[in-house]
Amino acid sequence: MFDGYTTSELMSIFAMQGFAGLSLFSVFVLMALGLAIIFGQMGVINMAHGEFMILGAYTTYLTSSAFQSYLPGLFGGYFFVAMIFAFLVCAALGAFIEWAMVRHLYRRPLDTLLATWGLSLILQQAYRTIFGAREVGVTLPEWMMGSIQVTDMVDLPINGLFVMIIALSIALAVYFLMYRSGWGKKVRAVVQNRPMAEAVGINSAGVDRATFALGCGIAGIAGAAFTMIGSTGPSSGQAYIVDTFLVVVFGGAQSLIGTIVSAFGISQAQSTLEFFLSGSMAKVITLLVVVGILMLRPEGLMALKIRR
Amino acid sequence: MKDSPVVKWLISREGLYYLALAVLLVVVLPVALDAFRLNMVGKYLTYAFVAIGLVMCWGKAGILSLGQGVFFGLGGYCMAMYLKLEASTPEATAIQSTPGIPDFMDWNQITALPWFWEPFNSFAFTLIAVIGVPVLLAFIIGVAMFTRRVGGVYFAIITQAIAAILTILIIGQQGYTGGINGITDLRTLMGWDIRTDEAKTSLYFVTVALLFVCLFVARLIQQRKLGRILVAMNTQETRVRFSGYDVAAFKIFVFCLAAAFAGIGGALFTLSVGFMSPSFIGIVASIEMVIFCALGGRLSILGAVYGALLVNAAKSGFSESFPELWPFAMGALFIGVVLAFPNGLAGLYQTYVMPLEDRLFRRKSGARGVPRAESATPVQAREQAAKAGDYDPMIDQYSPEKS
Amino acid sequence: MRAAKRHSKDFLLAVEGLTVSFDGFKAVDDLSFYLDPNEIRVIIGPNGAGKTTVLDLICGKTRATSGSIRFQGRELTKMKEHQIVHSGVGRKFQTPSVFEDLTVFENLEVSYPQGHSVMGALAFKRDLAVVEEIQTVARTIFLEDMLEQPASLLSHGQKQWLEIGMLLIQKPKLIMLDEPVAGMSVVERQKTAELLKVITKEHTVLVIEHDMQFVGDIADRVTVMHQGKVLSEGSIEHVKSDPKVIEVYLGH
Repeated sequence: MFDGYTTSELMSIFAMQGFAGLSLFSVFVLMALGLAIIFGQMGVINMAHGEFMILGAYTTYLTSSAFQSYLPGLFGGYFFVAMIFAFLVCAALGAFIEWAMVRHLYRRPLDTLLATWGLSLILQQAYRTIFGAREVGVTLPEWMMGSIQVTDMVDLPINGLFVMIIALSIALAVYFLMYRSGWGKKVRAVVQNRPMAEAVGINSAGVDRATFALGCGIAGIAGAAFTMIGSTGPSSGQAYIVDTFLVVVFGGAQSLIGTIVSAFGISQAQSTLEFFLSGSMAKVITLLVVVGILMLRPEGLMALKIRR
Repeated sequence: MKDSPVVKWLISREGLYYLALAVLLVVVLPVALDAFRLNMVGKYLTYAFVAIGLVMCWGKAGILSLGQGVFFGLGGYCMAMYLKLEASTPEATAIQSTPGIPDFMDWNQITALPWFWEPFNSFAFTLIAVIGVPVLLAFIIGVAMFTRRVGGVYFAIITQAIAAILTILIIGQQGYTGGINGITDLRTLMGWDIRTDEAKTSLYFVTVALLFVCLFVARLIQQRKLGRILVAMNTQETRVRFSGYDVAAFKIFVFCLAAAFAGIGGALFTLSVGFMSPSFIGIVASIEMVIFCALGGRLSILGAVYGALLVNAAKSGFSESFPELWPFAMGALFIGVVLAFPNGLAGLYQTYVMPLEDRLFRRKSGARGVPRAESATPVQAREQAAKAGDYDPMIDQYSPEKS
Repeated sequence: MRAAKRHSKDFLLAVEGLTVSFDGFKAVDDLSFYLDPNEIRVIIGPNGAGKTTVLDLICGKTRATSGSIRFQGRELTKMKEHQIVHSGVGRKFQTPSVFEDLTVFENLEVSYPQGHSVMGALAFKRDLAVVEEIQTVARTIFLEDMLEQPASLLSHGQKQWLEIGMLLIQKPKLIMLDEPVAGMSVVERQKTAELLKVITKEHTVLVIEHDMQFVGDIADRVTVMHQGKVLSEGSIEHVKSDPKVIEVYLGH
């Protein structure tokens, strides 16, 4: 499939596709971080995660419209405000869902999967009713438009770079929160031994709710970032849910580094293959390889060898 | 005659439930509905095959597959390929640049029939493939996953990914598969026009007959030790393993069984609606199939039939009058069934209707003679008669929740 | 050590150089011991000594890093769990694991050593021999009057007995029990000791137990484990007076 390209052309193609893949990587990382926290730490499958992301995207869309109408002077900075709103709105909905639904299902992971799927149907239809079936897009602030020219053939768009920086910063923040903070210690204590954690005075129900809300909040930020590189429709989230689950499982459910590595691998593979094959075949091959590897190594790439 | 085991079974409580379903499907609905509506019911019933498979696989053995649409679709596509080839005679396709191949291939500049289409010229091969292809795929997935002890949520996600892969593949390979439109314009089955009302009504009865075959196969399995092991595996997998069973083999078996049922359902679906497309295969379609099973009661094979009928009837009803409300209803159904009624309709029936039945039954007959499915030795029979509660709860303490 | 000189075929079970490590931590470290036919062997040792892991290794639940487990001359370390069961090793877990949804009768029936393949389980019929066998075992485990009870209604002790019964009906040559009297009342304990004595007429038994009085009641020989290794082995009096054992139990 490399016939007819010179080496330097190939290099540029890999660089450009590699960068295009980085946008996908950013969305994967942001989606997967939230999922990995909820799934890895709590064993809960949140099928509505994509819809939480889209909620964040709609929140960003509304914020940008509000800035455009009322604060045009500050428009350049709306994104940062939107990101905070997106986090808060999604975390609040997440906390509510945890209270109303998920907490009753902790011992039934397969049932959580079905219930949250029901939630995702309801949310999608709600978006359709409120925002219409058409996709909406935000206007990028001026400083985010344009691109940096690296070589004659390689152009890196600024919005893509920006989203990637956000993704990595959030990943870093999550790492510190989970592994370097007292709260993270509590979460991990509850994961490892719930009765013992309760015995030493940790409010495990509170930890559960906060963890779920945090995961959903991060999905909200993912949604905010998502608006920078694509337009938002009621079902946009569903397109990513299977991929992101594979990212999480592939990376090893309890490993944040694994999640990032697998997000990188999957997005790069897909994006590079896309240039040479049709988009659908690129996706088929990527997914097949991931599923194939998972069949050979079900514990994922980075899972600890645990005593069973 | 009155003592024959079949008659005895039919007047037992369980038998009456089967009889009621048979009367509903064979007498009531055909009399009450016109040919168009009856064909719709036939279409819903093809989903009941999938739901029965899910009861065995998910309800009993605890293996949740979110990819049953794959097997349903493979069965359906096998049948569609046969029908399409029959419809694509050189005479009928004379205006194409390559006559004699399906029209969508011609549109996609394909000039010869692909090799994997060739065998579908044979009806016998098609019938084997309708079950064989889904079972083969299920077997490969099963061996890969279950021998490595992948289960639960991981299995669910991987089956879902497989549903995604197959859908993307079919849509992407337009020339070989008909793409997003699917395989359409199917006309005759061995010269028999399947589009007429009479044909559709006959197909309805074929569907009902095959449905009962599947129901009895499932019932046989759940009555045997095999069924007990499937249930036991669900809660105490380790104990089953250390009682000397190869747990993976049992899981592969039940997954293949569910795939076979789904394949049969898919083939009948193609016959009933006259086309097959990727929209019946994908993630959304596959997970909807789980709700048919969950609504009916995840442990009840009869419930699965009612679940498939009700959800699909409701879906059609909503889509005709309030299409925008359907996703809300469906979402609420998922949440409600999981949170409030984990045993679905069968569970509700057992809680609320069966006590009424019990009162009714008791008034009518003091001691209900209860037959056994397994042939018992005379000694055993006496022993059973002596002991009021029998060893086999599947029959005697019959509960729809479990059957 | 004396035993090692005998040919390993003389033993029912010969464990040699058995090692398993979890991420560098050696839970069982170069462990060797030998079981004679019809012996009752009790493994004792402080928490974390690797006792349960030894049973896990023998029944195939955990895979050994190195070493061999030979049962009647056959190597177990490469066999699958169900094959190990079929070769005659039965295992009871620490917490009672019975099928709660099934009746006592069905629990025993599921364990009946017939119809273990998928097709076999489909074809399996409950004939007279099966029923009689189940009733015999039920008598042995004091549950003959409770055959139709769902297992979920049994007391903790009765569940333990039921699980032992589920082993007995498999007709294994070696029965491994992990703390069979934990959580039992005094009466239940005595009955269990009786039960074990009946069982050992026809089986070799490997037991993990903490209760020293119970150990003294039943054990032919005792193996003391500490930090994955054998610390001492011999009669109960021998190990009780072994200074190394006293050191481990009382030293700190």
